[in-house]
Amino acid sequence: MNVKLPVLATITTALFAAAIGLIFFYAPTDADQGLSQRIFYFHVPIALTAYAAFGWGAWKALLLLRKRTENADLESYVAIHQGVIFGSLTLVTGSIWAKISWGVWWAWSDDQLVLFLVLFLFYCAYFMLRYSVDPGPARANMCAVYALFGVVLIPVSFLAIRLSRSFIHPVVFTSNGPQMTGSQFFTFCVSLLAMLSLFAMLYQLELAGKRLDARLRELKELLA
Amino acid sequence: MTYFSDVAALARKDLLLELRAKETLPAMLLFVLSSLTIFHFALPHGSGRLASLGVLWVALVFTALLGLTRAFVPEREQGLMDALVLAPCDRSAIWVAKTVAVLAFLGVAEIVALPAFAAFFSGVDGRMVGAVALADLGICAVGTLTGAMAVAGRARELILPLLFLPLVIPVVVGGVGASIGAGGKYLGFLALYDAIFGLLAWASFEYVVAET
Repeated sequence: MNVKLPVLATITTALFAAAIGLIFFYAPTDADQGLSQRIFYFHVPIALTAYAAFGWGAWKALLLLRKRTENADLESYVAIHQGVIFGSLTLVTGSIWAKISWGVWWAWSDDQLVLFLVLFLFYCAYFMLRYSVDPGPARANMCAVYALFGVVLIPVSFLAIRLSRSFIHPVVFTSNGPQMTGSQFFTFCVSLLAMLSLFAMLYQLELAGKRLDARLRELKELLA
Repeated sequence: MTYFSDVAALARKDLLLELRAKETLPAMLLFVLSSLTIFHFALPHGSGRLASLGVLWVALVFTALLGLTRAFVPEREQGLMDALVLAPCDRSAIWVAKTVAVLAFLGVAEIVALPAFAAFFSGVDGRMVGAVALADLGICAVGTLTGAMAVAGRARELILPLLFLPLVIPVVVGGVGASIGAGGKYLGFLALYDAIFGLLAWASFEYVVAET
């Protein structure tokens, strides 16, 4: 058992306490949307963390295919598993915000909501694939290839969805930098850091659990 | 040169097998015609040309899916995949050959489906034919790779649509966009999709069939 996990958990707790404090007591209330705009500090960091998780999973998949790194298969799987959890949370928080802000639970006209739905479907199929093939190097290869397809699908789908629909999602990050005041941007950054460290912690936690599980199975086989 | 002769030999095997057994192609032809008939009744009266263009793309994607489910069945039933992987040829040649074969089946199905669509619903123009041709390339490239993944598992026929459909959503966007006549940018997008996913599938197929 490494010391990483307790340290990460402490950092995550501290960052979350700071982020929640900043979100509710420091960040200014939006002139248009009022209190509901504060979900932005959860929704956007969760979405970015989901992308980071999928990216990390694909990176581990690439390491597996190119360099045969040990454990890369498990690490890729755990990252994608966490990515799907954060992705589902993105859909839920996005839906809540859409209901309050636009008056509908779901807007097909919104590019990023639809993109997350496509990604959600894609990565759920990843689990179907993984659990229908017997464990082994063949499964590791196949899952790695599928994970790599995922990161390519993200920009291609985004382009496709953008081509097909109008754009009503609030665009916060433009080529002129973030369209936020200083205090908003600071709150956002703390919140994003908190979310990323939550991902890192959950990732390490699940990995530790899976490795323990594998060790236990080995020991059981030795005893039998 | 040997690469191309390998591909030609493998594709010839698939086409010859189909010519003799006649399993996949008649099923695809019947399926596309029956689904167009279903869609005629599914669409309410007076729903117009745009709706019928949408259902054409649904019919094409599902027909391709039907063909792809069958694509690796002979290899699986005869235990041929192990032999192919052992054969002294580049493994990506297996993918290219299978893609060519599936493309041929899908092309024949569409030669029947597009005139049928024109007769049942509304006319077909050159841009649409171009979009269908470009979409076929992407569908077959991605579909052959996911087909090879699906046969390795236990849930085979069940899992292929789950792997395949999210990946071809961009193709449907591009195809429908080009069909409703919204400019050449959709055709460009389809070509881009073909290039990106074609290269990716070509490069990664080796890992899907290799045991180590």
